[in-house]
Amino acid sequence: MNDRPSYSRVFLMFLRNSLVRDLSFRSNFWIECVSSLSWVIMNLGFYMLIFSYTDSIGNNTGWGKWEFFVFLSTTLLVNSLVQMFFMPNIQEFSELIRTGKLDFALLKPIDTQFLISFAKVNWPSTANFLFGILLMSISLYQLTHRPSEPIALTVGMVAMFALFLVCGVAILYSLMIVLAASSIWLGRNTSLYDFWFYITSFSRYPMEIYNAGTLGLTLKMIFTFVIPILIVVNVPARILAQPMGVDSTDKWLLTAFMLVATALSLLFSRWVFKMSLKSYRSASS
Amino acid sequence: MAELAARASTWWAIFQINFYEKLVYRGDFMLGTLMRFLPIVTQIFLWSAIFSARGNGNSAGEEIVGYTYYNIVAYYLLSTISRAFSSMPGLASGIALQIREGEIKKYLVQPLDLISFFFLNRLAHKLTYYIVAAVPFAIVFFLCRGYFDGWPPTQVLCAYFFSLVLSFMLGFFMEATIGMIGFWFLEVRSLLFVYMLFTFFLSGHMFPLDMLNELGGPWATIVKSLPLMYLAYFPAAVFLEKITGAELMWGLIVQVAWVVFFIVASRLAFHYGVKQYSAYGG
Repeated sequence: MNDRPSYSRVFLMFLRNSLVRDLSFRSNFWIECVSSLSWVIMNLGFYMLIFSYTDSIGNNTGWGKWEFFVFLSTTLLVNSLVQMFFMPNIQEFSELIRTGKLDFALLKPIDTQFLISFAKVNWPSTANFLFGILLMSISLYQLTHRPSEPIALTVGMVAMFALFLVCGVAILYSLMIVLAASSIWLGRNTSLYDFWFYITSFSRYPMEIYNAGTLGLTLKMIFTFVIPILIVVNVPARILAQPMGVDSTDKWLLTAFMLVATALSLLFSRWVFKMSLKSYRSASS
Repeated sequence: MAELAARASTWWAIFQINFYEKLVYRGDFMLGTLMRFLPIVTQIFLWSAIFSARGNGNSAGEEIVGYTYYNIVAYYLLSTISRAFSSMPGLASGIALQIREGEIKKYLVQPLDLISFFFLNRLAHKLTYYIVAAVPFAIVFFLCRGYFDGWPPTQVLCAYFFSLVLSFMLGFFMEATIGMIGFWFLEVRSLLFVYMLFTFFLSGHMFPLDMLNELGGPWATIVKSLPLMYLAYFPAAVFLEKITGAELMWGLIVQVAWVVFFIVASRLAFHYGVKQYSAYGG
């Protein structure tokens, strides 16, 4: 008998089970798709409104309307991936700790972090993902077909974009694991979602907007180097919207830093997770 | 007379219980309130970038629909106050849940009026909230005092407080009415999501609604005829003296009218809902 479980087969089973579960409540599935899409469309409307009053976000930052919409669709892609794979699981993780049901996960012959990170997949989030792709295609079409300095899109750029998109998801995932694991020490972490929402709100805009004043630069430093959420969307979006080649070297440095930050975040979250399991005292009977 | 005194003492008891219950978690409260201002920080930077792009690096003198950069930041801070008055987290979903689980029958068998009971609960909750949240609010407004041109004249301030109180009542009765729809449809979650979505964008929480004026088309007229704009935009615009004179008077009259409309609507929904009600649960 083979003792080591096949992680890819288990993962495929998770995907399948979740799809079956989501589709057994079909109207609920469609309502969730429509409601999350309408939230996105309302947001898009807000930015369209803003761009009816300005040509770009920030003076000489290069974030014009379509560049910013590439940024926005990158945000959408990252967030929908996080929501699809991790959001439901990690909320569940806090609950498992509180109710003592984590015991069952610990007993399974598979890595606990893998199990609690992937057990559920939220399929309705694919609606947002697809909308992100659509918005991205429209924006890129506009950027590559504009009369002055059109962007020349290459396969390399798209590949780099995909790589850094995954890095961004990994950074957010690590942050989530650290926040959720803290509920082992706190007993209950009710404001987990609030904190998540407030913290990630800093990553939603091009980092150039923080270039004003000491407060801005401090925030920029903290959210780049301490909690690296500012690079999550900025680096991949910049690869497509403002090709790295034409920019100065510090943007290459930032890109290189993102690879390091991803690795460090993952290692750190793994360490916090293991530490938290050591402190876990079952609350079940 | 004795009946009135008895009722007053019931109300006082409800109020006191809530008040002390809420004060237990005052630390959590203060932290939560301070966190509310975090998204405003990004909004301040976003608008600073927008104004500096409009003025080619210098945002002084630039205006968007009559709002300077300082006005916009002041507007966001003030809309946080309006929302602190008018937002009713968990009210509609709480009522719907009580209907679904059958708990609501305790209001039918006891001499207790459901709507007044919930209203007093919220009032106590909000009062406690302001008492405890006054500290973080004061800190934030003191730090951001540079964005304001000083206090508006007394009559404007009076109109502002009046519209804030009305926004509390409007928020309450509007959500209560939506919660009562649970008498007819047991699951109202998707309906509540739609309400939340519209409130977030159309109450003026995201941007001053005046920005719709220059958009063309019927958008501004539609959004400004909805009651939602009184939840965040209207009080803030009154404070900043963007709405004055006859327009202010009319605004307040319409706001009162919406409050009365939803008081009646929630009463009617409760009256007819109870007839529909079949007391599920144990």
